[in-house]
Amino acid sequence: MAAGNTYEAIATQTLGSTAASVTFSSIPGTYTDLVLAIGAIGTGDLQINGRMNSDTGTNYSTTYLAGNGTSAVSDRAVNANSFGTDYYFSVTTAGNASILQFMNYVNSTTYKTVLCRSGEASKGTIATVALWRNTAAITSITLLANQNAFNTGSTFSLYGIKAA
Amino acid sequence: MPILGIMASQISGHLFAPSGAYDSIATTTLSSPAASITFSSIPATYTHLQIRGIARSTAAAGNVTIAYNSDTGSNYAGHDLYGDGATAAAGGSGSRVPSNIGVIAVPVSTDLANSFGVGVVDILDYSSTTKYKTVRVLTGFDVNGSGGYILFRSELWMNTNAISTITMSLANFDTYSSFALYGIKGA
Repeated sequence: MAAGNTYEAIATQTLGSTAASVTFSSIPGTYTDLVLAIGAIGTGDLQINGRMNSDTGTNYSTTYLAGNGTSAVSDRAVNANSFGTDYYFSVTTAGNASILQFMNYVNSTTYKTVLCRSGEASKGTIATVALWRNTAAITSITLLANQNAFNTGSTFSLYGIKAA
Repeated sequence: MPILGIMASQISGHLFAPSGAYDSIATTTLSSPAASITFSSIPATYTHLQIRGIARSTAAAGNVTIAYNSDTGSNYAGHDLYGDGATAAAGGSGSRVPSNIGVIAVPVSTDLANSFGVGVVDILDYSSTTKYKTVRVLTGFDVNGSGGYILFRSELWMNTNAISTITMSLANFDTYSSFALYGIKGA
């Protein structure tokens, strides 16, 4: 039965200067799921990718569903060296709002699957599901600015959800 | 580099559950395959419920389906918007038995080993006795090649009873499939 508050803030980063990447490291293994909220703007057109545990191998794949106000598309990237969170490139004046769900991130028996919902107000709306082909517990998450950089004021907040 | 333990203060308006409003109610993790996972005796003391979990099927086909209060009648409807990596499409069906309404998408026995489908299921105003119950779902799985899906789904249970039991079914849930039920309080 109910075990008290189980949705906790772990860490937040608000950029005071531009950055090519943002990393949450030393993530505790005491939760069941992780939720990562992104409110980002780019120094130019921005697309956000991610990696777990600093793995730069081609161990990621992503399935996309995206709509731009005119049409809907689905796409997939396989054997990639990072996973995708969005599909379009947001512009500097209208950023990227994304919420990523890292499900059952600490078990050591399954590959890890990540759900993401992104809004890029100037371009479209996106949902993705990504796979990291590794059974290790996730202890760090790195977000990568594709093509340009995260601009000052971009926020990244990591939460943990603890099951009974 | 982050400093862990910093409280999130940049987000206002309760984008997420405020402190003390999101409780873990129950969790089931399978140590061997099973055909169903049930959360019963769900307290009516919350405003909304959320199910979060991972799953995989031991069979060659299947989706996780959900029945409420053990109702197996033709009282369910659902719609989805989905992408399979090549095509975006939509579908829907009405007045179906729960086993004909897929809710959480999962890999099957022929898909990439160790890959699991995931889902976040929001059951809003579950204890109302005046409204049919509407459920929204974000779910998907990726298997590094053809076969994966990303889906938005909705499910309707055409019954005004408060939800006190949730039964998720699949033929069969594989070992390590795991679901957690959470309660979200209103102010």
